[in-house]
Order: sequence, then C-alpha cells, then structure tokens
Amino acid sequence: MKFSIYRYNPDVDAAPYMRDYDLDVEPGDKMLLDAILLLKEQDDSLSIRKSCREGVCGSDAMNINGRNGLACITPLYSLKEPVVLRPLPGLPVIRDLIVDMTQFFKQYHSIKPYLVNNDPPPETERLQSPAQRAHLNGLYECILCGCCTTSCPSFWWNPDKFVGPAGLLQAYRFIADSRDQATAERLDDLEDPYRLFRCHTIMNCVDVCPKELNPTEAIGNIKDLMVKRSV
Amino acid sequence: MVNRVVTGAHYGMRDWLIQRITAVVMAAYCLVLAGYLLFVPQTNYDLWTSLFSSQVVRTFSLLFLMSLFYHAWIGIRDIVMDYVKPAAVRLAIHVLVILALLLYTIWSVQILWGM
Repeated sequence: MKFSIYRYNPDVDAAPYMRDYDLDVEPGDKMLLDAILLLKEQDDSLSIRKSCREGVCGSDAMNINGRNGLACITPLYSLKEPVVLRPLPGLPVIRDLIVDMTQFFKQYHSIKPYLVNNDPPPETERLQSPAQRAHLNGLYECILCGCCTTSCPSFWWNPDKFVGPAGLLQAYRFIADSRDQATAERLDDLEDPYRLFRCHTIMNCVDVCPKELNPTEAIGNIKDLMVKRSV
Repeated sequence: MVNRVVTGAHYGMRDWLIQRITAVVMAAYCLVLAGYLLFVPQTNYDLWTSLFSSQVVRTFSLLFLMSLFYHAWIGIRDIVMDYVKPAAVRLAIHVLVILALLLYTIWSVQILWGM
C-alpha cells in the first residue's frame, strides 16, 4: 500500500514536507495504526502518539485522507491510496503527526469539566434515577481525541476564544447532569459572542466524531436552555 | 494596556435568537411575494403601485426590510469580529455599519410611503 505522510522535525527541517512510503501489507482486518507501526519499523524517525490501540484513549487522532479520525479504528481496506496522513489541522505541530493540544485542553478546562455540588457528600453515592442518568448518554462517551474541535473552522479562526465542539459537548454534559448545581453559572459563562456563539452549525464535528457523538445537538441544547431562561 | 485574550461579554443569545426570528419574517415575505408573482403573472405599473399603496403591504415590506437590516447587522458584526482584530478599527466599522443600516431604514420608509 502507498502512503504519503506529513513529516516535520523542527530541529532538523526548515519546513514540513510529505514523504512517500510503500508498505507490503494485505489490508485484511488490519487497522491504519497497524500499518503505521509497520512503517515505523522501516523508518523509526516517524513520530506518532498512540496508546490503547482500540479507540478508547484518543491519542492517535490524525487527519486521514483529509478527514480527522482515529488511526486505530480506521480499517485499512476502507482507505483510498495513496493514504495521506497529516497531523490534526489548526494546532501547532510538535513533530510529524504529533500536535500540541494545549489550546484544546485550555478550552476544555475553561468549562469546568467537573461536578459542582455544594451539598455535603452523602454516606454513599449521589444517586440518579435511570431517567436522569439517560440524559448523559451521548455526552459522557467523549474521549477528548480532538477530532471534532480541530475540524471546526470556527475553532481554526478563534482557538483562543471559541470553546470548540469537544468543550461545549462537555459543558452540556455537566449542565445535563442532575447532580450538578451550577447550571446558571455555566450558562452565564457561555453567554458570550465567542465562547459559544462562534458555532455556526457547520457540523464538521458531527461528521468526524469517531465515537459518533453529536456536539452540534449539545450546543443547540445549551442555546435552547439560554432562550428558556430568558423568556 | 496589557495584551490579554478577553471573553465574557455576556451577550450573544439575544442576537442569535433575533437572527432566527428575522430569518422567519424574511422567508414569510419572500413566500408571499413569490406567490403574488406566480398567481398574478402579468403585472404592470398600475397593479404594482396599487399593491404597494396598501398599508398592509407597505407595513409588511418595512418589517421585511427592518428584519433584513437587523439580520445583516448581526452577520456583518460576526464577520468583522473574525477578520478585524484591532479594537479601534473594529469599533469604527461597527459604527459605520450601524449608521448605514439606520440610513437604509429611513430611506426604506421614504420609498415605501412615497415621501
């Protein structure tokens, strides 16, 4: 199989370049990450992030043939050749396919991604009814791989001000949680022309999410709650 | 002044909602106008002036134009926010756009009521 991979080592290279690779491999049931690891045996300078190799940790998010995704759960047979691999767009490149996620996590932390509950902790858990728990489905599964946020043109343009789809999905995850007591503060924080309202429902986030989540719907729910609060 | 990333203007929801409502008004006006042109195909100057001498049509037209201007204000402001970074230049453009749109509103009233 033919591959064309973005290479950039800032210590050595003046500018990034694409390098072609040829790999003798039968796609079979192999995933893209398997092929990248075989390529790394050929050329051990090729740098990537990976960990769980089964779509749980979100480390190996990259731009695969123009579309963000996780290499470890992308079947080789589904890819058109040459397979063009680039780092996630819109973030600074550290080396090859590794990007600096600082800005992404800064936005994630800005939405206070934890339960705010001022009641004294009970003896056991803070209980939820099955219906209350069901509201978190489609929200808690996010693995923060960054595929959605780095495919969002609004984030490319205002990465320092727009929270981005991943952060907003998590913002709604805590607004929707029956145990959280900070809904008003969370809505106040997002009532901002940049932080929430730079979302123009482009829906690239929904298109690329490897966990098939729907950040646009979550953003719509936040907007609905703001409207409900003010009328 | 320090160079800091500042957010937290605490507006946005109202504009977002107004943009949706004005879009509905404009869609309704376009449908009505398209319906008129479809069912009264042979229009002429007299028909057209009699149509626009009706207070209902004039008011609906003004409502359409004001919706258009408000919708445009929010859209243009969003574009300026994306592309124009220095606050002073941005404010100047905002003021110019608002003044232009206010002028268009007055002009629309003059045209519709034949003043």
